[in-house]
Amino acid sequence: MSVLGERVDPEASSNWTTGLRTRLQRTVPPGQILPDRQPVYVASWIYVFGVLSLAAFLVVLGSGGWLALGGVTWWHTSSVGHFVNSLHLWSVELFFAFMVIHLWGKFWMAAWRGKRALTWITGAVAFLASIGTAFTGYLSQSNFDSQWISTQAKDGLNAVGIGAWFNVLNTGQMLLWHVVLLPLAVGVLAVLHVVLVRRHGVVPPIDADVEEPT
Amino acid sequence: MTPTPPVAPSRRHRRRTPDAHSFPTRPYDLVKEFVIALVVVALLTAGLAAVFSSPDEKAISMRDWARAVPADVVATATGELAGTTTTAGYGPPYNDAATGQKLGPLPLQQWGGVRIPVDAAQDLVVTPLSLQSGPPSLGAALTVWSGASQARRTAWATAYGEALAKAADGNPSRVAAGDYGPVPVMAANFLTLARGGGLEGMLTPSGAFYGGDPTRGLLLLADGAYLEDQARARNLGGDQWGMMNETGNYPGQPWMWLYTFWYQIPPFSSSDNADALVWGLMMLLSAGLVLLPFIPGLRSIPRWIPVHRLIWREYYRGHPYSTPGVAPGLPQPRAASDVQLARERV
Repeated sequence: MSVLGERVDPEASSNWTTGLRTRLQRTVPPGQILPDRQPVYVASWIYVFGVLSLAAFLVVLGSGGWLALGGVTWWHTSSVGHFVNSLHLWSVELFFAFMVIHLWGKFWMAAWRGKRALTWITGAVAFLASIGTAFTGYLSQSNFDSQWISTQAKDGLNAVGIGAWFNVLNTGQMLLWHVVLLPLAVGVLAVLHVVLVRRHGVVPPIDADVEEPT
Repeated sequence: MTPTPPVAPSRRHRRRTPDAHSFPTRPYDLVKEFVIALVVVALLTAGLAAVFSSPDEKAISMRDWARAVPADVVATATGELAGTTTTAGYGPPYNDAATGQKLGPLPLQQWGGVRIPVDAAQDLVVTPLSLQSGPPSLGAALTVWSGASQARRTAWATAYGEALAKAADGNPSRVAAGDYGPVPVMAANFLTLARGGGLEGMLTPSGAFYGGDPTRGLLLLADGAYLEDQARARNLGGDQWGMMNETGNYPGQPWMWLYTFWYQIPPFSSSDNADALVWGLMMLLSAGLVLLPFIPGLRSIPRWIPVHRLIWREYYRGHPYSTPGVAPGLPQPRAASDVQLARERV
């Protein structure tokens, strides 16, 4: 028996699958993962920039995957490859533009209210990780921009000891960070961020806050 | 669910944000919104790519460098032998020639350690020379070099470097006579090697066939003046916001504007510890961004500057508050339903 007097199935309590399902259901209650209704205050264009950031991230991943199919030097020698590189560049520019507007919008909403601090933190860390991802992309281009940016950037990273482990002059290392480790980090953070948004719901207007005695 | 009625403010009180799920709702199609966003972003991306393309200026090769400014190649090779280049005197992570920058009392650069060892003279000049099949005079010069003491080598190379600096256009053929040991022969053969296009492969630590790590080649190139001259000609210098820009009229990395900004102003622009200071400051600011919800004052800015009145203006039309700065309490169900009904009518 549980503390609430319910009968506990000993097999179910030791079942990892049941445990994971229960945990997931607790994290995002049924109906909240993809709700078909939103609070009435969700009525502004600023809300669009979150989903635009997510959409742009998918276009970044898609165009990056397409570049990966052709290999490291493909886009230097093929007009199709160059166009795919252009798709990748502009999707990244749009991704950052949408993300920055989304970030400012959430700042002015004080969107960390109501136990949403972790939602803010995952979003902010995803933004910083995205900067690192884009930066390693510039280092991986194997052209003049890569030469100049890497030789300039090394001094900052070396000055704080990071360069000893994260060598911006090592194109092979930077390329692998760019196509595997950092996109994975941004992707995981984005998923966590969206799950937290769905868990807590969209933050209510600031003036809907109540004041209560302490 | 009916929201809890508002509570009258007391002398000691705290704000509480109501549960989002306690508010009246209206229909909202998240999946449709996402699909439309994806299509719009994909089309916008394709349009921008088709109209503006993307920059791809060819990388500078050692051959390009040697053909464009041979004197710079000779001067750089001599500098590597003399230990006067940036790489030769860099410190960690390349060598122990200096302790590197500090962040206040913290020698972070030194703590990183020498994990990418580069002996400027040996790795960037002598080894590539010894790997090529040059004339007999080169073999003899390398033998003399390897048999000399470090002090003697430095004296030869320093004297030759100073003589090159005084010669017209840095031209080796116009250098005054002096005791330069084997350095002139080595520098001249280094230029020949670079001109021939084989230098890059000899600078790769893992061998010439698979070159995935151009660290040494980039260090050598950056030790010369040619790379920076080319960058400055494209407005990419460090004091020209170069880190965040790229060649041509493209946006580059505008999200790095704050990082690049600090390098443009004192004390960073004139400090020997500029890189460590800027990185320290940016790490602090980044931590501030991440931990903003916990920083008193900063987290209250959105309450003081009511941009949120614009964002939620539709909601506030149905829920005006009487006293600015004092929370009015939870939304009233009737008014919220009015909004919902109005939306459904639309």
